[in-house]
Order: sequence, then structure tokens, then C-alpha cells
Amino acid sequence: MAHTGTHSQPVRSCLLLVVVSVCVQQVHGVWPLPQQLHQSADRGCLSPQRFSFTYGRDSAAQTGCSVLDAAFKRYFSIIFPDFTKGSENRLQYVWSEPQPFVVSVSVKTGGCDGYPDEDSDESYNLSVSEGQAVLRSVTVWGALRGLESFSQLVYQDDYGSYFINKTEIVDFPRFAFRGLLLDTSRHYLPLHAILKTLDAMAYSKFNVFHWHIVDDPSFPYQSRTFPDLSNKGAFHPFTHIYTQSDVMRVIEHARMRGIRVVPEFDSPGHTQSWGKGQPGLLTPCYKGGVPSGSFGPVDPTIDTTYKFMESLLKEVKFVFPDSYVHLGGDEVSFACWQSNPNVRKFMEKMGFGKDFTKLESFYMESIMNMTAALNRTSIVWQDVFDYHERIPQDTVLEIWKGEKYQAELSRMTQAGHRVLLSAPWYINHISYGQDWRNSYAVQPQNFSGTEEQKKLVIGGEVAMWGEYVDATNLTPRLWPRACAAAERLWSNEEKTLNADLAFPRLEEFRCELLRRGIQAEPLFVGHCKHEYDGL
Amino acid sequence: MSRSGSHSHRVRWWCLIVAVVAVWVQQVEGVWPLPQQLHQSADRDCLSPQRFSFTYGRDSAAQTGCSVLDAAFKRYFSIIFPDFTTLSENVLQYMWSEPQPFVVSVSVKTRGCDGYPDEDSDESYTLSVSEGQAVLRSVSVWGALRGLESLSQLVYQDDYGTYFINKTEIVDFPRFAFRGLLLDTSRHYLPLYAILKTLDAMAYSKLNVFHWHIVDDPSFPYQSRTFPDLSNKGAFHPFTHIYTQSDVIRVIEHARMRGIRVVPEFDSPGHTQSWGKGQPGLLTPCYKGSVPSGSFGPVDPTVDTTYKFMASLLKEVKFVFPDSYVHLGGDEVSFACWQSNPNVRKFMEKMGFGKDFTKLESFYMESIMNMTAALNKTSIVWQDVFDYHERPRSKYVVEVWKQGCYLCKMRRVTKAGLKVILAAPFYLDLPIPTHSWARYYNVRPLAFRGTDEQKKLVIGGEVAMWGEYVDATNLSPRLWPRACAAAERLWSNEEKTLNADLAFPRLKEFRCELLRRGIQAEPLFVGHCRHEYDGL
Repeated sequence: MAHTGTHSQPVRSCLLLVVVSVCVQQVHGVWPLPQQLHQSADRGCLSPQRFSFTYGRDSAAQTGCSVLDAAFKRYFSIIFPDFTKGSENRLQYVWSEPQPFVVSVSVKTGGCDGYPDEDSDESYNLSVSEGQAVLRSVTVWGALRGLESFSQLVYQDDYGSYFINKTEIVDFPRFAFRGLLLDTSRHYLPLHAILKTLDAMAYSKFNVFHWHIVDDPSFPYQSRTFPDLSNKGAFHPFTHIYTQSDVMRVIEHARMRGIRVVPEFDSPGHTQSWGKGQPGLLTPCYKGGVPSGSFGPVDPTIDTTYKFMESLLKEVKFVFPDSYVHLGGDEVSFACWQSNPNVRKFMEKMGFGKDFTKLESFYMESIMNMTAALNRTSIVWQDVFDYHERIPQDTVLEIWKGEKYQAELSRMTQAGHRVLLSAPWYINHISYGQDWRNSYAVQPQNFSGTEEQKKLVIGGEVAMWGEYVDATNLTPRLWPRACAAAERLWSNEEKTLNADLAFPRLEEFRCELLRRGIQAEPLFVGHCKHEYDGL
Repeated sequence: MSRSGSHSHRVRWWCLIVAVVAVWVQQVEGVWPLPQQLHQSADRDCLSPQRFSFTYGRDSAAQTGCSVLDAAFKRYFSIIFPDFTTLSENVLQYMWSEPQPFVVSVSVKTRGCDGYPDEDSDESYTLSVSEGQAVLRSVSVWGALRGLESLSQLVYQDDYGTYFINKTEIVDFPRFAFRGLLLDTSRHYLPLYAILKTLDAMAYSKLNVFHWHIVDDPSFPYQSRTFPDLSNKGAFHPFTHIYTQSDVIRVIEHARMRGIRVVPEFDSPGHTQSWGKGQPGLLTPCYKGSVPSGSFGPVDPTVDTTYKFMASLLKEVKFVFPDSYVHLGGDEVSFACWQSNPNVRKFMEKMGFGKDFTKLESFYMESIMNMTAALNKTSIVWQDVFDYHERPRSKYVVEVWKQGCYLCKMRRVTKAGLKVILAAPFYLDLPIPTHSWARYYNVRPLAFRGTDEQKKLVIGGEVAMWGEYVDATNLSPRLWPRACAAAERLWSNEEKTLNADLAFPRLKEFRCELLRRGIQAEPLFVGHCRHEYDGL
């Protein structure tokens, strides 16, 4: 009897392992928490040798689907980190002939070559049972989210065997816009650091990379139309720039992970570096009756400014496929405008009196109109709304000012605008201890307003401003702290109110990030099975 | 004429051209930490890796075969010429010119190449850079290491990759003998590599003591020869999260090569939860009512077995760690558990301690300090030990760590005639924004009222990187460049380094240099380095 049923024997070895390791390690679940998740204690062994992804017969996408083919490859390595390094697997060979496990992926619509956008359906269903998993989604983007969840369900015991529990997941995001801002102007971030961040974003189901690509200190974007902008405005014209091919790589890397790339060309303030390569663009400041030699915001009084902006925005539309573009509009200092006699004359002519907010609104409206004409949706910082409550209805407003963001949410949504919340997630600010709990406690729809108003909150965004951040400290400052916001933006708030309950799952997820090569800092005293080796 | 003086002319000429082109491009910002005396001229020399060499001076007590300096020459060559070792940019130079030689001659007065740096090591040196040569003189090899570090910081590259060094005269010595950095490998395990890398960076800032807070409540990663169960049962993991004897030896040797002392801390009687797992009977059983609650408190100071254990452990420590100092901890002892335990209460009565548990702690600390003294080691303890009994019966070094008026404490400790190390204002694990590095820079360790004798008892200071929220993922950017601020305070003349704004550009430059050397040092403010950290 013991030597007959050859094929079923592997199961026995699996069983043995199960018995040995029952007390050892239980997977803590998925981050961010799926909308519905049912796990049983039944588990199956996974063997990398007999593991495969396939397309379901009824799937609109089949082999040749760029996004999913690449994802299968990627997730295989993520699920079996030891296998790709070619270690630890010999034991398994000796013990048993492994059982096959097939992950069948079916999507309803094709679209493998497209880009994710604001309307992309990211929902998916995942059902894991003996020897198989079935993943169903409407779009390939939903399938990516499902693959991510699947990869988090697999775990290893102390002997290196892989397991997955029987699981049923029904999942979809709470908010369509789950963004992360990187600032590549205050410090230049090498391409590699951006790509790595996109990887980690996908692990937390973030889906928008808000690329604050230029600002006062430097202009690293190498424009086709205006090459002097980076030639003269970057920290260095060759080593500290993003070429067109760099930008394409970022966009494609993001697309492969279902991440949108929304560029920000912030004006009329925050443009000091623009002036170096585009003489005449910025307002000359005056001291007494003469130009002082320094420059202020973009000069909103002359035609050349608008011609320049139009060309630039045309290029942006051409280079960045996303339907959104961020136009900035924050923190404009009026002192320079005020000092300039031409600006004052213009103000008079336009009947703006002494109200420079009207001048800024005039400028912003012009470039928002340009953007609309290019079939793009504008995002602007809250300042633009604060100055001028009547702005084009389809403009998306982003809240960044720390205090009273609830009141701001109320007012903006009452005015019928879609809103992004960023204020409580400025995680470039650091403090001692577990500050992820603050991010986790944010309730984006907890403001006074109607159901209709609440629906206008399309999401939120983690911001990593670059005053004190570059590639040396970006990753440990982002992760796992950004994960807290990721869960808030994806998961059901009712099921994720308690940070203490989330803590062990987040701790586990942070170890998983380390395992995937993300330099995520610790949440508190403790250890991971596989520490970051610092190499 | 133009074609005759072939060799020297072409070289000098070409050098000159480069100098003219690059005169506005980049000036070296100096040396961090600032030397005691530094005179630089605008005259500069091209350096060529092909013709660059280190030699021992004829009158040097150390000659080829000196482990510390031979290795340092090799190391600093790669640091000075980062491009050369990666084999780039040098083709141009070959085509243009035949380079001039440059020789760094190193002379030390005393040998001791195989010894360890200690509290009395002389780290002074003089460095004189002139045309085609540099002369470095020091008393000890440790001083020579400091001089080589300064030399390496004098060399810079222009935009065309050419190396330069300006004519320079340096007379230098440290203000304080003890310039420490604490790593906590108990709250998080730090892989060996992270420790070695930290030692590298310490040497760049002339920090000279690695205070290894090796064990604590959360884990016991030190693999003891005498008591292997301490790490078997007390480490986060008995194989992957420990320091073997060979790991420890590697750390000590890596440190020695850089003139860095390794002072281990075995903190007791508190902070010992992890010890209890592998050493049953060591910790005090806490009581709830009249029965043991199942939890444990500090080391049990009432039983003989405790002292036997500590004596064996300290003997091993003496054997493994060559430094003459050992840190015995003694901080943050909670008395609640002792108080709950009837045997401890009985002992208190017997000893006539009344209800004063500080006396019990002092009794314990004195016992293990006596053990340490008998082993010919100097004890360092946290200030708590002094706080309890300001009239010390024996000599020990006090480390001041509590926030608040740390200068008041320095004054009291020195008044009692004890040596003191200042750590309180240098707790770098608190992640304040980088730009407040000036907070560390503005510390004035001697700004308390006291006699000169008292001030001399301040032997130095220490940067502390506690591990609650720190492991290998964020250690380097959290340490550097903020620790550099403390390093300058502890090495340089305070009078010449009072102004943080003046220091800022030099620190910024030094931070870029750290990046170039592979240290993941975070930015001080908006800006860039020519060679950014590539994150790979």
C-alpha cells in the first residue's frame, strides 16, 4: 500500500510539511484590504516547477497581451523569489513530485495596448481552490490588481515550501484616483528611483504617478520644443535631465503596472528655473523705478507667455497620454507683479483694481482653456479655487493646505468640482514614532455634504516633496508610510478603521516589500525573515 | 623651441590650460571636520592616478608590511581616484600628456601597526602638500590614518575629470579623544554589511569609537561562546539574526584598520528581557499578589548565580573585545518587579537598604564594575548610575544621555571627579528634518561652569542611533550627514566652527563626497551633487 499510489504521494509530503509548520507562520492577508475576503485554513502546496499562469478560454485578452504577459513573468518571480535565484528547491525535488497549480486569468475587454485612465475598471474576483486559481476582471488593469492580491496570498514556511490558502476575493477600489507625487525639481531623482517607486506603488495598488517634474530649483524635463529649458534650467544639462526616452520609459513602466502618469507643469509661480531657458517668460521685478534683475512669476500680461504655454501644453499632450494634466497654480507671490509697472498698467486696463488674485485667475483660466481645447482635464492646486470660485466646472481641485481640509472639501464639492485630497498625506514631513497611523486615520469623505458631494471626491494623493528628499532617502521615507494612505484609498473604510488591527498585516506587508527589494523602513522593533541586506 | 622641452613643458602647459578653463568651475570647500590649522593657497597641481603613489618616509617607524597603513594606502587610492578604479575618463589624459608624479610620503614616529587604537592614542598629524608631493607626519599610525583622510578630501575633480590638489599646510589633532557613534543591534538586527559600511563612514568623519549596543530587551544577537543559548533563544532568529564570533572579529578588525575602537555594551540590570530566554534564573520573577506572575523584571541582584554568570560573561567580553572600555549600561531600571518579589524584599532588609531600590541597583552595578576593574577594564555606565549616588566609590566613565539640562549634569559628574561622555544632544534616531543638523553643530560640550580640571574630564561625545524605528533600510540616510555635524564639534576647534551657516557649504560638499564614496547620505537641502546616489 505504501508504495503503490505513486502520484498521490506528493500530497503526503505536502501533508507532512503542513503538520510540521502549522504553528509556524500564517499569512496575514492582503494590503490594501480587499472589499471582500474569505480565507479558509485549508491550504495547498505550490511548486514553482508546476506553477503556471494561463488565459481563460473566455478571456478577451490572450497570449500576446503585452500588459498581462509581462505581469505573469513579473509575478512569477515575485511569488517564487527563491526559484529565480536557483536555490532551496532541491529538497522539494527529492521529497515529492509536485502538484500542478494553474492561475487562469479572464478579462472581459481587451485593451492590452491602451493606457489606464480615470474610468478604468479595476475590479476583479479571485477564487483560489485546490490546484487552481481563477481570476476574473473587466479590464487588464483589474487583472493586474488581482495578480497583486494573489501574489500576497502566497507565503513560505520555515522550510521554504510555498503555500496558498483557499480564498475568495471580491474586490474593487473605493476611489478611482490613488496618487503619489514625486518632486524631481528640488532634487533630481535618477530614472531608476522613479521606476522602483512605480514598482512599489503597484504593490500597494496606487494607480496615479503625479510627476511634479519641474519647479523653481530646476527644470529637468528635456522639452522637444524648448530644449533650452533643461539646457539652462536643469541642475546639469546632461546628467540631471529626463530625456524624451526617459519619459517614455517611465510612462511604459507605469502602464505595465496599471499606473497613470500625470505630469505637473506648475505655473505661474514655482517657475524660476523656467526663466533661465526662456527669456521674457518671467515677470521682471522692479526696485524703485528700475528692474532689480530678479524675476517673479510668469508674466501674465503679454502674448508671448500664452504662445509659449500653448506650445508647451501641446507638447505635453503629445508626450503624456493621460487625459489629466496638472497645471499647478499654487503659492503665487504677488510682490513682483506689484512692483512691475507694465503689470500694474495691465491690471488697470483689465479693471482688476489692486486685486492680484484676479490676475492670477485670469492667467489660470487662460491656460485651463488651452488645456480644455487640447481635450485634457486640468488639475490645479486649491489656491486657484480659493481665489476664484468660478472656474471651469470640470477642473479637478487638489487640496494641499493642512488645516481645515474638511471645510475645503465641503466648499469645493458644493461648487460641483471633483476633488483630490492631499493635505493630510504630505509624508515628506517626518516625526518620531508610528506616524503612519495619522495617515491611516484620515477619512476623506467625512465632511458635511450631500451624497452627490461625497461622490465628487475622486481620490487622494500621497505627496513626497523634495526639499530634503532624494534617491538616498526616498524609499525608506515613502514605504511603508505611504501604504497607510493606499489602504485608505482602496479599502472599505468601515472595515479598516482600527490601526491596531491593521498593524500586524502592515508589518507583514513591509517584510514582503523588503523581500521584493523595496527599502521599506521598519514600523517598530522587530524583524523580518529576510532583512534588507543593504547591498 | 616649442618642440624641444618635450616632457615637462607639455604637461605643465596642459595643466595650466585646464586650470584656466576651470578656475571658476569648482573649488574644493575644505576638509570635514575642520582641521585645527589649515592654510590653502590657490596654487594647485594636477594629479594623475598613473603617477600617484604612497610611500613610507625613510625616518618612519612603520614601513611596508605595516598592516594598517598598507591597507589604508590601497583604500585611499580608490577613494581619491574613483574614476580610475572604474576605468573611465582616463583615455583623454593619456593622449594629452605624460603625467607628472605625485608622491605622498608618510612617516610615523612609533610603530604599533598590529595594535588597537585606545583612549590614549595620539591622533595628531601634520600634512604638507606642495608641488609633486605631500608629506604626512604623525606620532602613531592612527594619526596617519586621520591625515590620509584629510588628504583624500583635498583632492577634487574639475568638470573634465582632471584631479587637482591645492598647496596646503595642515596641523591637526582632535579636540576630544572619544568621538563615538552608537548602533543598536537589538531592537533591529543590522546585517554585518551595514555595520562595516557605518565604520567606513565614521572614518570619513574622523569618528573613532564604535559603541556597539549589541543586546537589549528585544533580542540578543551576540553569539556567546560561554553561553550559546543566549542567542539561540534570545535572538530574533538563532541563525540568520546573530553575530557569530567571526562576525565580531570582522567588525573589530574593520574598525581597527580605520583607527576605530569597538566598545561593546552589555546593558544590565535592566534592558535584559532577551537575556532571560537563554539564561533561566537570571531575571527577577515578578509577583502578582503572592504568586509569580510569569513575567520577569531586571536581572536578579540578590542571588549568587547572577554574579557568577556576569563574571563569566564579562570574562568572555574581555577576551573577545580588545578595547580597554566596556559599557555596562545601568539605565532605566524599573523597580516595580523587584518590589513585587518577596526574596528581593528580604534581601533589601538584610542589606539595610530600606525601601530604596536605587541602593539595590547601585549594589549590583558596583559589583559588576568591580568585576570589570578586576579584568583591567574601564567601565562606562549611563548617567542613571551616577544619578542614584553622586558620591561614587570607584572610578567609572559616565555617559550623559537624558535630555534637559545636560550641561548641569556634566558639571556635577566632573565635580565628582568622574570622566564624562556627552550623548544627550546627539540622539540622531529622532528624525528631525535634515536642515536642523545645526542643532547638533551648535552643541557646546564644555559650556558649563567648572574648573579647567573639570573640563578635562569631558573626554568626548557620542552620536546615538537607537533602533526602535531604524534598521538597515534607513540607517545610512538617517545617520549621514547629520552625524558629521557632531563629528566636527568633537574634532575641531570650537572657536573656528561656531557658525553653522559658514560650515554649510563645506558640509554640503562633504555630503556629495560621501555619496561619491557610496555612503547613502541624505540631502541637506534643495540642490544636487555631481554624482548622485543612483539607488542601485
